[in-house]
Amino acid sequence: MSRTVRTVLLYLALSLIALTTILPFLWMVLASFKPLEEVEQLNPFPTVWHPENYRKVFEQIPFARYYFNSLFVAAWVTFLTCLTSAMAGFAFARLRWPFRDGVFRLYLATMMIPGVVTMIPNYTLMVWLHLLDSYTGLIVPAAFSAFGTFLLRQFMLTIPPALDEAAAMDGASPWQVFWEVILPLARPGLITLAIFTFMGNYGSFFWPLILIKSEHLRTLPIGMLFFDTNYGRQTNLIMAASVMNIIPLILLFVVSQRFLVRGIQLGAVKG
Amino acid sequence: MTKRANRRDLWIAMGFLLPNFLGFLIFTAGPVIFSLAVSFTNWNLQKTVPFRWSGLENYALLLRDREFWLYFVNTIYFLLGIPVAIAGSLALALMLSQRLRGIVVYRTLFYLPSFTSGVALMILWKALYNPDFGPINALIERFSDLLGLGLTAPQWLLSTRNLLGLEVEQVRLASRQVGLGARDAIILMGIWTAIGGNNMLLYLAALTNVPQELTEAAELDGAGRWAVFRNVIWPQLAPTTFFIVVMSFIGGLQGGFEQARVMTAGGPAGTTTTLAYYIYTKAFEEFQIGYASAVAWVLFIMIFAITLVNWRFGSRELNY
Repeated sequence: MSRTVRTVLLYLALSLIALTTILPFLWMVLASFKPLEEVEQLNPFPTVWHPENYRKVFEQIPFARYYFNSLFVAAWVTFLTCLTSAMAGFAFARLRWPFRDGVFRLYLATMMIPGVVTMIPNYTLMVWLHLLDSYTGLIVPAAFSAFGTFLLRQFMLTIPPALDEAAAMDGASPWQVFWEVILPLARPGLITLAIFTFMGNYGSFFWPLILIKSEHLRTLPIGMLFFDTNYGRQTNLIMAASVMNIIPLILLFVVSQRFLVRGIQLGAVKG
Repeated sequence: MTKRANRRDLWIAMGFLLPNFLGFLIFTAGPVIFSLAVSFTNWNLQKTVPFRWSGLENYALLLRDREFWLYFVNTIYFLLGIPVAIAGSLALALMLSQRLRGIVVYRTLFYLPSFTSGVALMILWKALYNPDFGPINALIERFSDLLGLGLTAPQWLLSTRNLLGLEVEQVRLASRQVGLGARDAIILMGIWTAIGGNNMLLYLAALTNVPQELTEAAELDGAGRWAVFRNVIWPQLAPTTFFIVVMSFIGGLQGGFEQARVMTAGGPAGTTTTLAYYIYTKAFEEFQIGYASAVAWVLFIMIFAITLVNWRFGSRELNY
């Protein structure tokens, strides 16, 4: 087979797969602008565009509130996870202390514990602490990550040790070494972790589902679930809500793709 | 190092570790032990039955629980999508690793479903699969009419049929159940979501690390493309494949919850209920905390066992 033919075939295959990937999204966007009776018809474009479908979503459910809750909770979880993971990663990567590697292996092993095992006890814990149906209950249990610790430890190991030694020589305290020397250098790792954490928490479903009872505390996935259950026949509005749900993720993806691709490859393979 | 300096280092390290470690104790280690203990009790939030230690009763009950075994089979059935998805990710990565113009655009498009996955996309797929007005069946019907094939479009999420022909409400095979149904619909959606996701990126990274001298040398020796892939590239990818397989099985065994809750309510006839969803209904709809914890532990042990098997098998594979 000549090189040109192979290249053409390759592009053809790639484009076909890309089309399969894109079509569901395209259908979603187009359906969100259609009048209800056209959703089930095969005409790809709405005969009349109905941007007011988007406004109607806000009229039927407190969608702005869901947006705020999701972004607020995800932002807090991201901040706290990055902080606690960076501190722990620093202890594992840059400090020398007895049993360090044993404790680290224990951390790694816990990444295998399935969420369903810890979910029930964590729920009862929230009941006892009176944290059901609260922002604190949504944020705090999600703010500690063994994966994050692992990722940042790997990242910090690649920073030359001479740097902290020089800083310590200059009389810097361990906190100053951490905050002023290591953290700035670990920024790409932190950004990767922040993106992962934000994404994961923005889409988090199980925990808010069991924890949140009142409507004004619902996050987007939960709000979407009940919108779909209660107004499931209004497919055009549901699709408008779905589009608005994934827009922040697409924006995040566009600005962060560079870090993301590198982070995935660094965190997972070079263990 | 002096003993005193050693102790000072320990204190400093503990200071840095403490916030994370406390969270780990409170929200992971503690709950694991608590959950194990609860699985030996009859704890029920609803009934007025007095709380008591019931020993292995929950586990004995579980072995005779017909539902448990059905959902166990469902959970295993859903794992069938994993090898397909992994092979697909590898194929995509191989295509993207050719140095061509515009490859980043394709990579971005392929990555989109996994990045945006979640409740919104599941609601979307529920609409796509709708047998009455969904676009998938509309396309199948139009295609069938055009070519005069006379195909009957599948009922997707409403059907108990499946590719293996598993019987409903019994663990056995029945030929009339062969077809495409809810389980397959969920697997297809899963493949669509995962194929261009993190696994593809991992393979892509691993492929750029395959030394070019190796593949060139093999080609000079007259090896065909398949031979080069099988004998040179595939062995180099072994650590990545191993990692992906282990992670996919760990994720797959505890999966299926969101799909069941958002798309099917575990139906039709319980065919899309996985163990994770069963645990949820037992704990949070029927309030049988003790029993749900026992099921969770059985799932945990399964995950642990499969991971161990993978390790043994994988570490042998890796020593090439």
